[in-house]
Amino acid sequence: MILSGHNLTIGYSDRVVGRGLDVALATGQVLALLGPNGGGKTTLLKTLLGLLAPQSGEVRLGDKTLASLTSRERARLIAYVPQSHVATFAFSVEAVVLMGRTAHGNLFSRPSSADRAIAVRVLEHFGIAHLRERPYTMISGGERQLVLLARALAQEPQFVVLDEPTASLDFGNQGKVLREIRALAASGHGVLFTTHDPNHAMRAADRAYLLRDGARVGEGATGLTLNKAQLEQLYGTSVETVHDSTGRTAFLPG
Amino acid sequence: MAVASAVLVAGLLLALVVGRYPVSLAELFSVIAGKLTGHAPAVSPAVENVVWQVRGPRVASAALVGAALAIAGTAFQGLFRNPLVSPDILGASSGAALGAVLGIYFSLGMFAIQAFAFIGGLAAVAAVYVIGGAVRARDPILVLVLTGVVIGALLGAGVGMVKYLADPYGQLPAMTFWLLGSLASIGASDIAPLGVPVALGTLVLLALRWRLNVMSLPDEEARALGLPTGPLRVAIVAAATLVTSASVATAGVIGWVGLVVPHIARTLVGPDFGRLIPAAALLGGGFLLLIDTLARTASAVEIPLGILTALVGTPFFIWLLASVSKTWS
Repeated sequence: MILSGHNLTIGYSDRVVGRGLDVALATGQVLALLGPNGGGKTTLLKTLLGLLAPQSGEVRLGDKTLASLTSRERARLIAYVPQSHVATFAFSVEAVVLMGRTAHGNLFSRPSSADRAIAVRVLEHFGIAHLRERPYTMISGGERQLVLLARALAQEPQFVVLDEPTASLDFGNQGKVLREIRALAASGHGVLFTTHDPNHAMRAADRAYLLRDGARVGEGATGLTLNKAQLEQLYGTSVETVHDSTGRTAFLPG
Repeated sequence: MAVASAVLVAGLLLALVVGRYPVSLAELFSVIAGKLTGHAPAVSPAVENVVWQVRGPRVASAALVGAALAIAGTAFQGLFRNPLVSPDILGASSGAALGAVLGIYFSLGMFAIQAFAFIGGLAAVAAVYVIGGAVRARDPILVLVLTGVVIGALLGAGVGMVKYLADPYGQLPAMTFWLLGSLASIGASDIAPLGVPVALGTLVLLALRWRLNVMSLPDEEARALGLPTGPLRVAIVAAATLVTSASVATAGVIGWVGLVVPHIARTLVGPDFGRLIPAAALLGGGFLLLIDTLARTASAVEIPLGILTALVGTPFFIWLLASVSKTWS
């Protein structure tokens, strides 16, 4: 299945953020969205999630338009992992993951035993089953990000869209989340994530999509698209490149 | 949940036993047993009369109003993702207050005054919702709350205007008394107009209890999880407003219950609405029974409920503000 945007004009009722955007993501593939602050990454993300209607153009999911699906049908196909945040109420970790099952029940249903089994399975998958009873408000930022990933997986979607999944994590947890992103693609999911670090895109993504001032300035395989010249143009700053003996590349802001 | 049930039972027993005509617990149980078995109880008809005719309706309505305000507060706190929100956030109480003082101003009967208050509460929230919905904004919840505050202030000015115009010897005291909240004039005929809307609204909220959990997430997350948040928000606001308006129409403006009780319930049973709504209902009913018993027994004249709940609620609210940073972040 392919999630794609065609000639999208994106933005809010009072302003246009980006024009003429084409983007495509296939299942089993990871796409990283890079660009400076205010360049339209989050707006494009929300448009592809169906949370924000495009002002023109359309988002397609397989052979259907996203707009033709109900919110419930959409949630069974695309899961959203927001930036790890602090919740208002101290729901247990298990309850937060069970919320991922919402789209699989009807308006009045409560989580079934099958839903609970799925919640336990995804918690075990991420190695956080021991946190089940803990309040979501009382766990660390890295654990919260894993819980939100578990919730997304409990949705049993085809696509997972993550908004800056590594933003507020320590070095070790950044690596962990990037590995989980790879694992999601290996198990057949299409993954889209935004990041401020080109190295994270190199590490976890197959393709990169570069967005500046609401326009696409580059797109393609990460190894080809992410280079000194492109990044310098994208961020308007000098970039240093570091190579190692195995031919891998890393970038440092100059 | 056991604690919440105990509070309600204690409130019920205390409210039926204590008063100007004391009834012993033994007498109370024999009256109730008599009613259940159909045999004449072994107590004087005066005791039976006090339990069923004098205190019964008042006790039932106190429990219902307390439960209603607590349930509405619970729903609004979840919907607005804020533990410091109370049931009158969208103007239900101010609308009901304006309806009631208008009813008193036009010298209408008790039933008409209550009907005015009920309709006033519903109309105020409907107006807030329509105006708030017409303003296109990124954060619909914030716009709704701000509209509620503004319309509430306008309605408050309307109440002030009507009081200013009212006859200062007959109408003004009646208005003041009504606005402070009281169950003193409750009769058996008041139970149905209160109970039916409260039951209706509560059933809707109970049926949506799992969805209420998800609705307490940020709007975009709830939508990404597959909820049609717009229509659901209308349903939840309508149910909670029905419940609030019915109780304000019966008992006048009683603050604090809908703010404080949901919080206590949350510390007892956690944030899951499946357990939170029943716990808040039990606690709210018990709490208002205790307050109402205090109101009619503490002094020779009845103390208005709004004053007593504020006396209890204010210190609690300050404690809540002081501890909020620890609990919610």
